[in-house]
Amino acid sequence: MSSLLRISSRVALVVAVLALAACGQGRMGAGDTTNLNGNGMAGAMDPSSPAYFNQTVGDRVLFAVDQSTLAPEGRATLDGQAQWLLTNGEYAALIEGHADEQGTREYNLALGARRAAAVQEYLISRGVPANRLRTISYGKERPLEICSDETCYRQNRRAVSVISVGAGV
Amino acid sequence: MTVPFKRIALAIATLGVLAAFGFWTAPAIAQTGPLRIEITEGVIEPMPFAAPTFVAESDATADAAQDITRVIGADLRGTGLFREIPSSAFISTITNFASPVQFNDWQAINAQALITGSVSQNASGQLVVQFRLFDVFSQQQLGEGLQFVGAPDSWRRMAHNVADEVYERLTGESGYFDTRVAFISESGPKNARLKRLAIMDYDGANVQYLTDSRSLVLAPRFSPDGSQLLYTSYESGEPRVYLMDIASVTRRPLEAISAGNMTFAPRWSPDGGRVVFSEEQGGNTDIFMLDLGSGARTQLTQAPSIETAPSFSPDGLQIVFESDRSGNQQIYVMSANGGEARRVSSGSGRYGTPVWSPRGDLIAFTNQNQGRFHIGVMRTDGTEERLLTASFLDEGPSWAPNGRVVMFTRETAGTDGAPALYSVDITGRNLQRVATPGMASDPSWSPLQN
Repeated sequence: MSSLLRISSRVALVVAVLALAACGQGRMGAGDTTNLNGNGMAGAMDPSSPAYFNQTVGDRVLFAVDQSTLAPEGRATLDGQAQWLLTNGEYAALIEGHADEQGTREYNLALGARRAAAVQEYLISRGVPANRLRTISYGKERPLEICSDETCYRQNRRAVSVISVGAGV
Repeated sequence: MTVPFKRIALAIATLGVLAAFGFWTAPAIAQTGPLRIEITEGVIEPMPFAAPTFVAESDATADAAQDITRVIGADLRGTGLFREIPSSAFISTITNFASPVQFNDWQAINAQALITGSVSQNASGQLVVQFRLFDVFSQQQLGEGLQFVGAPDSWRRMAHNVADEVYERLTGESGYFDTRVAFISESGPKNARLKRLAIMDYDGANVQYLTDSRSLVLAPRFSPDGSQLLYTSYESGEPRVYLMDIASVTRRPLEAISAGNMTFAPRWSPDGGRVVFSEEQGGNTDIFMLDLGSGARTQLTQAPSIETAPSFSPDGLQIVFESDRSGNQQIYVMSANGGEARRVSSGSGRYGTPVWSPRGDLIAFTNQNQGRFHIGVMRTDGTEERLLTASFLDEGPSWAPNGRVVMFTRETAGTDGAPALYSVDITGRNLQRVATPGMASDPSWSPLQN
């Protein structure tokens, strides 16, 4: 009994470490889209910087398996994105929809498009002008995390709002 | 486009031609002998055959004779239907293509089929390949001898043609060796893959890259005449269907598409005159048809669900596709004009990427069930489903032109996961990895070349 307990607590510890690692890598992944800003932390402190958008507002929402419905935490992130975009009118967003590798290529392209569109519709419903939002699907072609289990899959089922200068796209 | 070589039946070739090469043999008795493999029954024991090195009629053709014999043997062995008897077991050799065959020597080593041939060069420097096929136990020639004439660098195709003839005579089905495969060549780590459109012979020889790695490219599809490819590319910044002419390596977008929309999953109609594909608008994906002659565009499905992966029946009258209208991916068949669709998949799990067999009798598909992927086939009404493979990730079958073998992508799991091409026959036998220079995905099997 006690040994069983010990094993299960060790498993729990390992899971926690994995989750942290995945989280850390996710943040690094978000870094690819901060090139506009360029000066790391200093930029991220400036609320009107894309780095602030990526790191503080949150540039992405995650989805359940084979779903494109926005979860409550996703909607909260998108409320923040909408507010930021309304405040910083010189920026536009390209919304990239992605899927995990558990699916056929064509279906995942269509699923990624659904996810991107769900984000686009939500941002429009929060007042962001449609001409500042564009979507693209990468299906399963651009995984952020590359292990083949749920810890990675959940990070890959995402829609990422990539900020660029330009009011109309 | 010029035909790279021509084939002549030895028995009907003019006497003058044969006399010029010094090969005169009595016209073969055309017959379909008892030596016959029934593929549909599922072959348990491969048929043993001997293919002694083709006779080189001059020193200049010695290498070609060796290479051609090797490729013929590899083609036949690769089907899983034939077993090649090693030359070390041979009692006699063939040193003269015209001499009578010593059947006893081949019976003694249990060769059921014997392939003999010669390779020479004609006055204009072309390679001349002749062959005959024998049923060793009935001591009969099977079909007529054939002669292929072509440029020296087309020796591989001539070898594939000999193997196609042998396959056809022994199985009653047309072969699939003189074919090519278009595919996506992949490189780089899993989270930064580079993809290039590539083409090769079906056996992995003669790889040619058709795009560079700057733009993500996906899922090429051969035109029915083998001269063009449809594929999806991100080169404009958004996923779009492109059309490439293979010989000139020139490409163009299939049509102008509104910004923000995505087109993908194209396939040709059997006559090559139309293209059916998916277009996504505002997050919803439906199936459309484009008439290449008139440019007319028709929307074939109109539903809030995902409709994709359309594929024509070989008579051009129906289209099989996948849809998640029932809640998850399943396979449906509709008229090529659109309209009501009937669901044909009924097993467990999700069904995608349906492809109609060129023979018309079966639909190949990807099945995803309980964390595993399968390539399978079913009758066109959904009955008699057979799952042929199982792995972490198998997807995207493409038919060999004879409808007996499918090629597909198999991807391994994990951070080092990598895609490769595999083939399997429709009985589930003879699973084989297809040779590619590196990682590869999304195969499209060409029709037999002419």
